[in-house]
Amino acid sequence: MRILVVAEHDTEVLRSGTRSAVAFANSVAAQTDGEVECLVIGHRIASVAKEAASISKVLCLDSESLTAPVADRYARVIADVTIQRKIDLVVAASTSYAKDVVGRAAGLLGGSMASDVVGHTVQDDKLVLRRPMFAGAVTATVTLIGHPQIITIRGSAYEPAVASVDESEIITVDIDESSLPNHISFEKIETRSSHRPDVTESRIVVSGGRAIKNSDDFERLVGGLADQLGGATGSSRALVDAGITPNDFQVGQTGKIVAPELYIAMGISGAVQHLAGMKNSKVIVAINNDPDAPMFEVADYGLVGDLYELVPQLIEKLHAE
Amino acid sequence: MNMKILVPTKRVPDTDQKIRIRPDGSGIDEENLPYVVNPFDAIAVEEALRIRENSNDEVEVLAVGIGSDDYERELRTSLAIGADRAMLIECAAALDSWNVARILSVIVQREQADLVLMGKQAVDDDSNQAGQFLAALLDWPQATFASKLDFTENGLRVARETDAGIETVVVRLPAVVTTDLRLNEPRYASLPNILRARKKTIERLEFQQLGLEIEPRIQLLHMEVLSTGRNCIRVSGVDELVVRLRDEAKVI
Ligand SMILES: Cc1cc2nc3c(=O)[nH]c(=O)nc-3n(C[C@H](O)[C@H](O)[C@H](O)COP(=O)(O)OP(=O)(O)OC[C@H]3O[C@@H](n4cnc5c(N)ncnc54)[C@H](O)[C@@H]3O)c2cc1C
Ligand SMILES: Nc1ncnc2c1ncn2[C@@H]1O[C@H](COP(=O)(O)O)[C@@H](O)[C@H]1O
Repeated sequence: MRILVVAEHDTEVLRSGTRSAVAFANSVAAQTDGEVECLVIGHRIASVAKEAASISKVLCLDSESLTAPVADRYARVIADVTIQRKIDLVVAASTSYAKDVVGRAAGLLGGSMASDVVGHTVQDDKLVLRRPMFAGAVTATVTLIGHPQIITIRGSAYEPAVASVDESEIITVDIDESSLPNHISFEKIETRSSHRPDVTESRIVVSGGRAIKNSDDFERLVGGLADQLGGATGSSRALVDAGITPNDFQVGQTGKIVAPELYIAMGISGAVQHLAGMKNSKVIVAINNDPDAPMFEVADYGLVGDLYELVPQLIEKLHAE
Repeated sequence: MNMKILVPTKRVPDTDQKIRIRPDGSGIDEENLPYVVNPFDAIAVEEALRIRENSNDEVEVLAVGIGSDDYERELRTSLAIGADRAMLIECAAALDSWNVARILSVIVQREQADLVLMGKQAVDDDSNQAGQFLAALLDWPQATFASKLDFTENGLRVARETDAGIETVVVRLPAVVTTDLRLNEPRYASLPNILRARKKTIERLEFQQLGLEIEPRIQLLHMEVLSTGRNCIRVSGVDELVVRLRDEAKVI
């Protein structure tokens, strides 16, 4: 299969999900006698292209008209490259960017798309895919009908591809800028600057739920423990709805999907929509004053009690060591 | 500006219910399972109603469901909270997001809708595709994962929830907008309105009348419920937790 990985980046570095998408593509290519190319789109993206070349052959499309990742333009570019290069399979990490842009590209390419893939096998040159449904309560095995096929994978399900010794070639792709659609104008993005790592990229994630009463407590308890462990902070939807944490902290079915080595859930009941985002973490700790909270059913270690008492003790203890 | 807003609404199992699989793994066990309007679509209906309420011009809100006769109940829910019209596209075949988008694209053109407001994802298949497919098929602009909408001179300004933060874009109409959870809090229908909605007609069309055939894109082979349950060790306190995480799990 000829495989195209759509890279995601912040104009400086690749997002880690892209490395997982490359790993997935490499594995499929190895089983189908195929080839992998990684498409880097944007403006002033030389350093990203170079980084991508350390894990894959690269197609680079650098144009001022592609400065902001607006869906209509980016989707058109991805679809055009797919057709020109006779691609059989388009792959991206399942992020808000890919859902928006690659989803639209799939619509231009005939709609053979599976999202959130967490496992696969190749049978008779055909991909058999596993993907969660019903907020992760169910795992479905599916195949796609039609050509080309488009897949987004969960970054947490595939080990990221690591840099090889040789840098691959970077091919510059040209596009006819005048043919690109122009119906969406980008105004701005409000990113939060944080001294803590991103939840999807951190080895350790500390998350808080409705038990936490205000932002100061969140910062002191959840933030304090995260800092002590060098981890990231996340939350349930309840805290986002209450305005205590920003939207991009939300872990779950409709938030971020994480699978860190250690996930600590504090004052989170364990609704299926939250579990959807974290139950594949390697080690899970639940701290809750309700001994019957469903979170304990998916946890490896459970501590029953008031987090307002326990967490300061925990921070203290770790600090002392 | 007079405007017609089309709101696709899917019927999905109530999100508070435990999902069970049929013994042969062919699908979910639907017996006694309560259904609701997909939560993201309920948010889309609510937003369409607010646009109508805040406008000085004529705004028509049309709820559309594609599927079996059973959709009627959920379409009446949309009428009860205030949709002007409801339409059921009867289709007995299994539907994936591609075929939903194809059917919707024909309806959108027949109805000459100015705006399609729909859920970002159906919480049963969790595909998150139909809106993007529809926008591609219509060659319309899209704004996915909307958490705020404002009309401006140049179109609709949409705040979008992305992994990196809140992004703002302006889309020219006609457009497809998909909703995120924080766009609004849907209202409940009052009893008189529920009773009134029972008497309203639901427009019906068979999808074949649209000149389409189903083109399946995703084939379900099997479903299973994987046990994620772990053997939880209840620790006696903070000291034991730290020891276990350090020496046993070796994660800190
Ligand atoms: C379509 C849809 C999508 C959704 N998507 C998501 C999603 O992506 N992510 C998500 O998280 N949710 C999501 N939800 C919401 C989800 O269903 C739950 O409502 C939410 O996860 C509950 O958050 P919580 O556990 O923080 O709050 P609660 O369920 O209220 O739990 C609070 C917990 O804190 C415990 N507690 C209280 N006080 C203390 C104390 N002092 N010390 C220790 N423990 C204490 C309580 O025992 C309880 O277990 C979604 C819902 C829907 C319908
Ligand atoms: N059978 C259906 N009838 C009406 N609308 C649908 C149907 N299936 C999906 N949709 C719409 O498409 C959105 C995205 O669905 P999906 O791509 O399946 O996640 C949903 O939120 C609905 O607005």
